[in-house]
Amino acid sequence: MIRLTEVEKEYPRSGVALAHINFQVRKGEFVYLTGPSGSGKTTILKLLYLDDRPTRGEVWINGVSSKTASSGDISRLRRRIGIVFQDFRLLEDRSAEANIRFALEVTGAPKATIRSKVTRVLGQVGLASKATSFPREMSGGEQQRVAIARALVNDPFVLIADEPTGNLDERATRGVFQLLRDINAAGTAVIMATHDLDLVRRSNYRTIELNHGRIVFDSAESPAPARRFDEPLEIHDTPTGTESI
Amino acid sequence: MRSAREALTASSRAPLLSALGVITIAFSLFAFGLFGLVAINIRKALDQVEERVEVRAFLSDSTDIESVAAAMKDVGEFPEVNRVDYVSKEQALERARREMGEFADVFEAGVLPASIEVHLRAGQRSPAAVKSVADRIKTYHFVDDVRYGEEWVEKLYRMRNIATVSGIALGIAFATVAVIIIGATIRMTVLARAKEISIMRLVGATDMFIRLPFLIDGLVKGVLGGLLALLFVWIANRVVNEYFIQTIFFNRELIFLGVVGGALMGVLGSLVSVGRHLRRV
Repeated sequence: MIRLTEVEKEYPRSGVALAHINFQVRKGEFVYLTGPSGSGKTTILKLLYLDDRPTRGEVWINGVSSKTASSGDISRLRRRIGIVFQDFRLLEDRSAEANIRFALEVTGAPKATIRSKVTRVLGQVGLASKATSFPREMSGGEQQRVAIARALVNDPFVLIADEPTGNLDERATRGVFQLLRDINAAGTAVIMATHDLDLVRRSNYRTIELNHGRIVFDSAESPAPARRFDEPLEIHDTPTGTESI
Repeated sequence: MRSAREALTASSRAPLLSALGVITIAFSLFAFGLFGLVAINIRKALDQVEERVEVRAFLSDSTDIESVAAAMKDVGEFPEVNRVDYVSKEQALERARREMGEFADVFEAGVLPASIEVHLRAGQRSPAAVKSVADRIKTYHFVDDVRYGEEWVEKLYRMRNIATVSGIALGIAFATVAVIIIGATIRMTVLARAKEISIMRLVGATDMFIRLPFLIDGLVKGVLGGLLALLFVWIANRVVNEYFIQTIFFNRELIFLGVVGGALMGVLGSLVSVGRHLRRV
């Protein structure tokens, strides 16, 4: 479903951001991307939703290659991906319901289906009663739930979350995390970048750890417990070739 | 349809910004329009002066009327020539008395020769064209002298060239300023909606879908700004007519062209602003 092969990303000013990135994500998998700030987590996520393209190597996602994708391919692909950010990225001048509706409207969804889809996802994230609330009237956790609802409304095959709990208190973090688990349990793959090690340790999902733009640990390859970032690191090569869906 | 609604909704969300956009476009087009008005009036004045460019051939006293008529027919067929008139001795005297009344007594005796006046077509009044006609007329044996105010024609021609070149240069400068201002105005709208655009891209809206409302917005602002600018120029023209000099206003074609130009500038400004923004994010 998702495969990165020998991916490298280099920026003209800041230099190499990623090197020798190889991994695959299977359908319905839950994957943590961990690592200290600046280790390349966000860059990998950007490559996954083709907001950026690798300097070398290739990203395959749902049959679309980073080497050949046209802007039309990217638009179509993003309708099948849900993306969530730390800062929610909601439109402040629109209600929760309107924010979610917006994602359907701008992708040309049939009008007749919009209302029912919006109601469904609002229920799914536990915000049925907040449909008409504006972002400023909601807590951080609620705003992130609206963002997740917006990401879910197009029935994505994967949800990409970049530090979704980074701005939340512990209680809200637990709530959002539980929601992501539920979404995953319903069959949607989740790739979540986080540096919240407690969160990673508490669950048993696959963890890919990055440091200085390289994968230093992938629990799918060597099932060892996640370590602290400041512990000595051992570089693990992650060969490709396993079956991907 | 959806894009038009989207454009309208976006404008209604930020009415002040939209109004400011239209007014900015109107003022930049107003400056361009005022320049245009000055240009067409200078051109008209020059045209009027130029119409007076003529070649006058003085005939010797002994010339018979048949030869003159034949020559006039020939000259009338020159491609540069619009009209040929015969001025008899009497008419010449009459005209001299009328035009130079204070010297009326000088013209008591019939001292002025008969002549033919050759009027040239518009576009055929350059010094070279006038000289070429004069040279051909000189070849008739009964033509004593040919005059066409050589120096004056050259001066007029130079003035016209200066007016044309500076008109084009100023026109381009004004139009460039207008395009830059319109581009900047629309860029403000784009920046004001940057977050919306980034979300649209994230959820999979196509670039065309994102662009279209901005193009419609630019088009509407361009047309409204153009119409407003036209109103300003019309008022300015009325004021000048009322208190200063008689001027002409744009004809229907120029008005249409101006409004279409405003719309085009709006669309172009949007295209460039949104394009740049989409490439950057």
